[in-house]
Amino acid sequence: MAKTILAVDDSASIRQMVTFTLKGAGYEVIEAVDGQDAFDKASHHQINLILTDINMPRMDGLKLLELLRKLAQYKNIPILILTTESSDEIKAKGRAAGATGWLVKPFDPKRLLEVIGKVIG
Amino acid sequence: MSTDLEQFYEIFFEESSELLADMEACLLRLDVNSPDLEDLNAIFRAAHSIKGGAGTFGFTDMTEMTHMLETLLDRLRKGELEVRSEMVDAFLKAGDVIKAQLDGHRGEGQADPTVAEAICEELKRLSEDTQEAASIVDTKTVFSDTKAKPVSQEIDVGSGVDKVSHENIAAGLSFIIEFSSTDLSSTALENLFSNLKGLGNLENLTPVNVEGRYKLALTTSSSEEDVWETLAFVVDPASLKIEATTIDNTPAKVAEIEILSESIHDTGALAEVDELTCEASSVSGYGFFPGAPAVPKNIEDSETGLDQAQLPNTCSNKNESQVTNKSFGKTNAAASASETSSIRVSIEKVDQMINLVGELVITQAMLAQTASQYDPVLFEKLYSGMSQLERNTRDLQESVMSIRMMPISFVFSRYPRVVRDLAAKLNKRVELRTVGENTELDKGLIEKIADPLTHLVRNSLDHGVEVAEKRMAAGKPAQGTITLRAFHQGGSIVIEVSDDGAGLNRGKILAKAKERGFPVHDAMTDQEVWLLIFEAGFSTADQVTDVSGRGVGMDVVKRNIQSMGGRIDIESTFGSGTRISIRLPLTLAILDGLSVVVGDQMFIVPLNYITESLQPAATDIKTVSGQGRVVQVRGEYLPVIALHEFFNLRPSVTEIHKGILVILEAEGHKAALFVDDLVGQHQVVIKSLESNYRRVQGASGATIMGDGKVALILDAAALVMASQQELV
Repeated sequence: MAKTILAVDDSASIRQMVTFTLKGAGYEVIEAVDGQDAFDKASHHQINLILTDINMPRMDGLKLLELLRKLAQYKNIPILILTTESSDEIKAKGRAAGATGWLVKPFDPKRLLEVIGKVIG
Repeated sequence: MSTDLEQFYEIFFEESSELLADMEACLLRLDVNSPDLEDLNAIFRAAHSIKGGAGTFGFTDMTEMTHMLETLLDRLRKGELEVRSEMVDAFLKAGDVIKAQLDGHRGEGQADPTVAEAICEELKRLSEDTQEAASIVDTKTVFSDTKAKPVSQEIDVGSGVDKVSHENIAAGLSFIIEFSSTDLSSTALENLFSNLKGLGNLENLTPVNVEGRYKLALTTSSSEEDVWETLAFVVDPASLKIEATTIDNTPAKVAEIEILSESIHDTGALAEVDELTCEASSVSGYGFFPGAPAVPKNIEDSETGLDQAQLPNTCSNKNESQVTNKSFGKTNAAASASETSSIRVSIEKVDQMINLVGELVITQAMLAQTASQYDPVLFEKLYSGMSQLERNTRDLQESVMSIRMMPISFVFSRYPRVVRDLAAKLNKRVELRTVGENTELDKGLIEKIADPLTHLVRNSLDHGVEVAEKRMAAGKPAQGTITLRAFHQGGSIVIEVSDDGAGLNRGKILAKAKERGFPVHDAMTDQEVWLLIFEAGFSTADQVTDVSGRGVGMDVVKRNIQSMGGRIDIESTFGSGTRISIRLPLTLAILDGLSVVVGDQMFIVPLNYITESLQPAATDIKTVSGQGRVVQVRGEYLPVIALHEFFNLRPSVTEIHKGILVILEAEGHKAALFVDDLVGQHQVVIKSLESNYRRVQGASGATIMGDGKVALILDAAALVMASQQELV
C-alpha cells in the first residue's frame, strides 16, 4: 500500500506543489495547514513520514515535533523540517525537538522526492 | 519526474496577495510605542511565506525583497531592535514593491527595479542599525526563579543575527567566564545568555561532557565591571570566575551549548551537533541529524560524516523505526487525499452554476404557472410537489448565490492605508473607523465598488476633514474621523462614507454651479444641490491638489454606482460633516422587481426605486401646456411617464386615472410611471441585453418570465432623469 506523507505548511501553493509532486510519485498525501491541524490529523491517521514547515500560525513546526515525539506512535516516524535558508539555528532547534532531518526551502520537486526516497523509499 | 511549476503560479499569486493584505493590515494596526508581538510574528510569517513560495517558484526579485523584510522583522520580533515608525513606512513601501513584482509576474505591468533596490537598501540600513541593540540589555534583571531544580536542556547561544550586530566590537576586550549552573533554572540561564549576548560576542567553551559548569568566552566593549554585574545578579558569585584575556581573533562562529537531558537521551534525538552535518546541507539542500529517530542507516554512514562509534545509543532506534514503518505500511488507513477546509474554484465555474440555477428558477416558475391551471383539490399531490420544488429551488439559489458573497472587509481593509498615507500628505489628523466589515456582498460588486469608494474616502479626507487648527477653532477634536459603514437594508446593501468635517457649503456649490453654467436655481432642495457635486466638471475645491479637486472622478463615481444598479445619496450639515451613502443591490445576478403590464407586454421595475403605487383621481392629473402631464401626489407635482409612449406600445388603458401610477424615486427626483396594471412581485434573474441582443433605451436588462416570455427590466433611474429633462 502506498505510504502516507503528512505535508504541513501554511502556504497553500507550497502544499499543493508538495502534494502534486508526492502523489505523482505514488505516495498518499495528507495536507495540514499548521502545527495544530497537523497534530490533529496525525492522531487520526497512520502516517509514514511528516514534512513540516517551521514558521506557522497557531502551532509552529518545532512545537509539533515536540508533541509528536512524545507520542509512542510517532516516536520513530521520520519527520523532516523545512527551513527557509540553511539556518543552523533552526536546524539545531529542529534537532533538539526530534527532527530526523531537514530540507532547505526553496526546493524543487526532484530534491523533495530524492530526500523522501532516502528516508522511506 | 518533472513537474510543471507554472500550474501553481496562480494559487501562489492569490496567496501572496492575501498575505500582503494581511501584512498591511497588521502593519497599520501596529502601535509603534508598544508593538504587539503577535502582530510582529504575523507580519514576519507573511513575509516568510511569500519568500518560501517565491523561492520555490523562482521569482528571485520577490525572494530578495522578502528576505530583507524578514531579516529586519526577525530582529524586531526578537526584541533586538525597537520598532520605529520609519520602519513601518519602509515595510509598507516594501509591501507595495512586492505587490508590483507580483503583478509583474502575473503579466500585469512591470515592477520598477530601482524602487525595489532603494527599499532594499533602506531595510538593510534599518536592520543593521545596532544602536538599540545594546540599550536593550537589562543588566539589572533579577531572577526570582533561582530555586528551581537544575534542568538539563539545550540552550542556543548562537544566533546568526548576533554575529552581524557585534562585528564592530572587534576592538573590545575578551573575558573568560566560568561559573556553576547547578542552582540555576533554565529560564534564568537563557536570560543570562541573552544578556551576555547583548554585551558582545559570546562563545561557549564548556566541554561537552561537563555538566553543571559553564565556561564562556565573551568578546565585548563593556568593562569587566559590567560583565561582572550582569552575571553576579544571576549566578552564585562564589562560583563565578571572570578573567580578562587578550583578543585572539576568535572567529565569529558561535558554538552551541548542548546538555543532554535524560528524556531526550531516551528518544535518541540528540547528539552533539557537528558542524559537519550543517555543511553537508549546504551542498545537497537537505540532510539528516545523526542519531535522530528514523534516520536511514545508509545515510547516516555516508552523508553525515559521523563516526558510528560515537553514537552507540541510536542504532537500536533505527532498526525499531524500520519495523514500525513496515507495520504502518500494512495498516495504512485509507486517508482521504486532501483535507483542507476550503477549496479554490475559478469564478467562471461559480458563474456557470449561478446561471444554471437561474435557468432552473425560470423552469420552476414555468412549471408553477402550468400547474396553476389545474384544480388544486384534484391535483393535491402536484401542488404539494410544486411548492416543495419551489422551496428547494429557492434554497438552492440562495446557497449558490452565497458562494459569490464576500465580506466587505475585502474592500474596507485597503482604506486604513489610503487614509494613513493621504492624511500624512495633507498634514491632517484623521482616524478611520470601519463598521460592519462582515456584511457580505457579491464578489462582482466588491471588485466594482472599490474604486468609487476609494474616491469617496479620498474626497472626504481632502475636502471634508479640516486641518487640526481649523477643527479646534470650530470646537471640534483635532483628530477628524472618517467612518465607513456597511449594512443590509431590505434587499440592498448600504455603504456609507461619513466624516465629521466641514460639511457641504450650499452657497458655494450653487455659485460654482452657476459659474459653470449648470441649470440651477436657489429654490433647489438641499439634496438636489448636494448631488451637483457628482456632475461632470464640477469641483468646489479652492485649490486643485493632486489628491482631488480636478472635478474628474465624482461623476465617474456616480456612473459606476449606477452601472451596478445602485444609487447614491448625500446628507450634509454645514460645519459638522457629510454622509454619502451608496445603496447597492445585494447581487448583480438577481433582482427584486415589481412586474407591471402595458398592453401585452410585461416589464419589471426594480423594487428599490419604487416608493409607492397608486390609482390617481382624474382631478389630480394636470397637463402642462401641451408638453406633458403631471400628477399631484400629496401636494407634490410629479411628471408622469407613460410607459406605452416610451416604448411605443398599444396600451389597454389610456386614461391615467384608470390605470396605475408607480412612483419612482432616483437621485432625489421623483416621477410617476403610468402602466396598465400591476402583476406581482418577483425575484428575477437578470440577463444582459447587451450581450444577448443590444442596448435598449430605458431598459437595464431583461429576464425570462415563468411563461417563457422575455420581460424588460426598466432602468428606473434613466426614466426618472428623462422625465426631468422633459420638464426643464
